[in-house]
Amino acid sequence: MAHIPDGVLSAPVLISGALVSTGLLGLALRRLRETELPQAAVLASVFFVSSLVSVPLGPSSVHLLLNGLMGLLLGWAAVPAIFVALLLQAVFFGFGGLLVLGVNTLNLALPALLVARLLRSMLHRLAAPALGSELDPALGAPVPVKHAEHGLSAEVSSPRRQRRAFMLGSAAGILAVLLTGLMLAASLVLSGEAFWPAARVIAISFIPLALIEGLMTGIVVAFLLRVEPALLRLDEVRHG
Amino acid sequence: MVESWQPDWPPSKLAGLDLAGLQRPLAEREDRLAAFDPRARLILAALLALTVVSLQTANAGLVALFAAGAIARLGGVSLRRLRYLLPLELLMLVLLLTLPFSVPGTLLLAVGPLVASREGGALALLILFKANAVVLILFGLVGSLGAGPAVHALARLGLPSKLCQLVLLTLRQIDLVGDEYARMRLAMRARAFVPQSNRHSWRALGWLSGMLLVRSLARARRVADAMRCRGFDGQRRLLWRFRWRRRDTLLLLGALPLLAGLLLLDRWGWSGWADWSG
Repeated sequence: MAHIPDGVLSAPVLISGALVSTGLLGLALRRLRETELPQAAVLASVFFVSSLVSVPLGPSSVHLLLNGLMGLLLGWAAVPAIFVALLLQAVFFGFGGLLVLGVNTLNLALPALLVARLLRSMLHRLAAPALGSELDPALGAPVPVKHAEHGLSAEVSSPRRQRRAFMLGSAAGILAVLLTGLMLAASLVLSGEAFWPAARVIAISFIPLALIEGLMTGIVVAFLLRVEPALLRLDEVRHG
Repeated sequence: MVESWQPDWPPSKLAGLDLAGLQRPLAEREDRLAAFDPRARLILAALLALTVVSLQTANAGLVALFAAGAIARLGGVSLRRLRYLLPLELLMLVLLLTLPFSVPGTLLLAVGPLVASREGGALALLILFKANAVVLILFGLVGSLGAGPAVHALARLGLPSKLCQLVLLTLRQIDLVGDEYARMRLAMRARAFVPQSNRHSWRALGWLSGMLLVRSLARARRVADAMRCRGFDGQRRLLWRFRWRRRDTLLLLGALPLLAGLLLLDRWGWSGWADWSG
């Protein structure tokens, strides 16, 4: 239900949503280099496919939003990825609408950017290969070097670090989805006082959604730390 | 010619993954609007959506909904595609159930302490009609084009180059990633995995998503290298050209009075329309 259809929101909300989204999209696209487009496209399509997977929850099942994970992994590139996914979903699947595309993008992209801002540097530190026996600021303990020939410490995937990765991912998922729910409710309420009850129902329905999203995002981040830490620090890899 | 544009999309149904919406074959019936330039269809869709969204009365909304249904039918949208409207109706249900009680106005129905108003009901119906009408218009005019031509038309209409390339590359990759996902899901099924609401299932699905990311990143590197080998320098080169013919101009010009008529009807109602014309 993260996609608001056309015909619900008022003109001021639609217009401001479209303007802010266009601005964010422009900024994000400027940061994206042409040679990085293939990588951005592949990751965007992974998120598109993953968000179609139904995750069982109680007697029913839900689809994940994944905007927390996108913010965490992609940073600014999450904005065009979200926009492209929403565009395709609106036109070919009927989720959302045409004129609300700006508001819907904003509702998903802003939480992703916030997550990127707050948690991404922590993730980068966590996934960084520990060199030498320097003190690891994240753990406050010396990190011994094993498998140094791979340039990667086996301790990157120690249970402790994995727990931290899980917590970080969970925080990203919960934060992003709760914020999306709040922004969704806010865009309804700003369009008319009459939407208060509906907005409340939707905001409450986002709480279980945030919990499952947090759990899943945590699992994915912990998995990536163990299997492919490079994915958790894409920018550094690119620039390095 | 339109048919040859569309790559073959293998169905990923086995894995419970529904990518069929991106396929053209889902519009099983003939697209009777195929004679028009995709750009004209895009512009028309935007005009129609703008008009529909600005409607204020449920009557005009209903007219728009029927018109949108006709467009969807002309565009060859099959009934199967309409099941995508279900999530939309869920949200609509929330609005239909809450709006009559939260909009003040003349009494329609009283349930205990709750009072439903006629105005609230009308507003809920208006939103229901408008939301469905816009989706039907999008399906009929843009969705039935198929993903490739639709994005090319957007590019020709001036969508930024980087964004366009991103959409085109993403479209292609969704197909590949979908296949990868279907393969992994099949492997899980072969090991008797049945998704349930428990920790084991969530972990398995999380690892599935993670593995999808890992494999796709590797693929992304290969794709980027291969593209560079073929001289990719970030420039957009569109392969398809469209021809804007007189009938496209006529289509847009013909739509304008109809849209204006609908807006007038919306503003002054049926009786106002009679006064104005007589």
